[in-house]
Amino acid sequence: MLFINNPFAGGVPVPHRKNTAEVETVAMDAPSKVIMPMVQHIGAPCQPTVKKGDVVKVGQVIGDSDAYVSAPIHSSVSGVVKRVEPMLFASGHLVMSVEIEADKKQEVFEDIKAPIVNNRDDFIEAIRKSGLVGLGGAGFPSHVKLSPPKDKKIEYLIINGAECEPYITSDYRECIEYAPDIIKGVKLVLDMLGIPRAVIGIEDNKPKAISILKEESKNDSRISVCSLRSRYPQGAEKTLIYAVTGRKVPPGKLPADVGCVVFNVNSISFMAKYVETGMPLIKKRVTVDGSVVREPKNVEVFIGTSLKDVFEYSGGLLSNPYKVLMGGPMMGIAQHSMETSVIKMTNAVLAFDRNEGDLPPESPCIRCGRCVSVCPMNLLPLDINRLVMAGRYNELDKFHVLDCIECGSCSYVCPAKRHLVQSIRLGKEAVRRNAKKA
Amino acid sequence: MHLENRLYVCSSPHLRDNCTTTKLMLDVIIALLPAVVAGIWFFGYRAAVVILVTVVSAVAAEYLMRKGLKRENTISDLSAVVTGLLLALNLPPSIPIWIAVVGAVIAIVIVKQLFGGLGQNFMNPALGARAILVAAWAGSMTTWTQPFGETVTTTTASPMADAVATATPLAALKEGLYGAYSYGDLFWGNIAGCIGETSAFAILLGFVYLLVRGVISWHIPVIFTATTAAMTWILGPDGVFTGDPLYHVLSGGLLLGAVFMATDYVTSPVTKKGAAIYALGCGLLTALFRLYGGMPEGVSFAIILMNVAAPLIERYTVPASFGGERNVG
Repeated sequence: MLFINNPFAGGVPVPHRKNTAEVETVAMDAPSKVIMPMVQHIGAPCQPTVKKGDVVKVGQVIGDSDAYVSAPIHSSVSGVVKRVEPMLFASGHLVMSVEIEADKKQEVFEDIKAPIVNNRDDFIEAIRKSGLVGLGGAGFPSHVKLSPPKDKKIEYLIINGAECEPYITSDYRECIEYAPDIIKGVKLVLDMLGIPRAVIGIEDNKPKAISILKEESKNDSRISVCSLRSRYPQGAEKTLIYAVTGRKVPPGKLPADVGCVVFNVNSISFMAKYVETGMPLIKKRVTVDGSVVREPKNVEVFIGTSLKDVFEYSGGLLSNPYKVLMGGPMMGIAQHSMETSVIKMTNAVLAFDRNEGDLPPESPCIRCGRCVSVCPMNLLPLDINRLVMAGRYNELDKFHVLDCIECGSCSYVCPAKRHLVQSIRLGKEAVRRNAKKA
Repeated sequence: MHLENRLYVCSSPHLRDNCTTTKLMLDVIIALLPAVVAGIWFFGYRAAVVILVTVVSAVAAEYLMRKGLKRENTISDLSAVVTGLLLALNLPPSIPIWIAVVGAVIAIVIVKQLFGGLGQNFMNPALGARAILVAAWAGSMTTWTQPFGETVTTTTASPMADAVATATPLAALKEGLYGAYSYGDLFWGNIAGCIGETSAFAILLGFVYLLVRGVISWHIPVIFTATTAAMTWILGPDGVFTGDPLYHVLSGGLLLGAVFMATDYVTSPVTKKGAAIYALGCGLLTALFRLYGGMPEGVSFAIILMNVAAPLIERYTVPASFGGERNVG
């Protein structure tokens, strides 16, 4: 099949730093306690379905919601519920969470069994029950993506293995270690949803993953593997869709509006595994790396494990970290405590020393236009920055501020080291606030 | 929690590339070196003195102004050096030194710092200063030196027969004297004129360096130059398409202006479309000023006028976002 591979305009050549690419994933034992926040996805938060003192087992639902755009949360360990209360979350907010003291027996919940999947509806219901959300980092509930409105014909299933963030190799390891599951998952979704073709997009700096998946999918003409230009943010949903189909998702619209549905390689692989075992989403592979991590590697972690425990498992830290990130350096969230826990969307935990984690001081904008030429969404970051800093929020609409995907390319290239993305985030907040008032 | 265990929290991205304002300015300085060397080669030590004095005055003015304003000092970003260099390259080699000093002070204090410093000026500081000098000391600003030779005063008003060789190529053209200089002289720089504008070759070397280093894109210089060439060709002295575009491109401040002045980040539009409109305007105005204006040269005023128009151009060229439509606000 024809590889389209349209290079998107803009983007930046970030350093790859895929130090952990060739290190096999190791599975970490259950920690002595897990903290499960009730927000591990985009959409309605879950309500705890357990209370203090309850005994829970592996795979048992501990949080759920009646809302459509939501996904249940399952216990990753067997043990006793110690606390159900707002606790520190990765974003820095307090979020309703369930703390479970693990008994280390890892007894599996009795109801866990492979789901019966005969048709589309069975499949979508099973995926909802699995608790699967977009594992690439956005955390959009997968069952919602699998149920596009009837009038939207899906022509492409796109599998995102671009992994354009520096350091992170958890998608790459999935391709290397579980290629058969990825292809099985692709076929499952193609069959269940009646989608004619699938494209797996991977950046060309991962030739091994490309060749393995090509080999694995060679007997199915519906599936093609597309080698993508290695340029950040190739893995952003809109740029990926453009790269493999030439279609642009308009602002405020979803991939389904241009006939596409996109899943991360880990998500699609999980679907295949879930249909076979019925074990819900309780583990996540995270890349543990950064200058103060003693043994950088990919670790399969029980969801809810604290960052501290994950670092300890990776040989501990060489010194007090200056900065700890959940996610990659371009879009990851800086943590102010190592007590926060790995959630479904976490794909990396990074610990930096001062040299790696510090940011240079800001200086005046010289209007060089670099932020404009790298913006994959075709925005004018310098103007948004200027207006936000002046508090002129009502002029931001003209500059399409809400279309920013916060990829960080503008801040990355800015020679004046201006905090462009940070100001754009402020601007988005202000515009949304104003819209609510009006 | 102990202080030493605190974590640094900030908004993403947590990674920056190593390009800085200072490095960009340094690249511009490096790109200007061929023109500096050519100016000194053709006009001797006097040119070197003018360049040195102007640069030192610009930096000193910036330092003192920031100190006076009790603001953070910014001379290390090298932008004052660039302004000083550009101004010097836009001065005649025989300029009285004190006028060069006044020019540097005007550029930094009035055009740049009074409007808020780096990034805030609405016109190119060096060109703004040059415009004021031309208005205030027209004689000194239009006294040209023959390369490797002595200073002879010529003004556009009354070219004496024996002064032809020391008129600038454009002044000669203005008086209907063709062939005063060969294309070879124009290209290599063996002509009278401002210190930095003589050698097209030296300026093109700098242009290539800026392109290779990614400091500027080709759009503004090429569109600017091509527009002036086309217009001077079309609006020729003996009817349509009888002009001499190559002569126009190689003489006067066109190349220096198109490569180094019109591309000034602060005063040119940031989008490709905006930059194209701006460059087109620069080219059109330059041709009109040269062909129909009172003075032989028009590049500086063309650029200054388009500098002033840049915010307006930007206002009407806000691009649509990816996959979207323009919000006309």
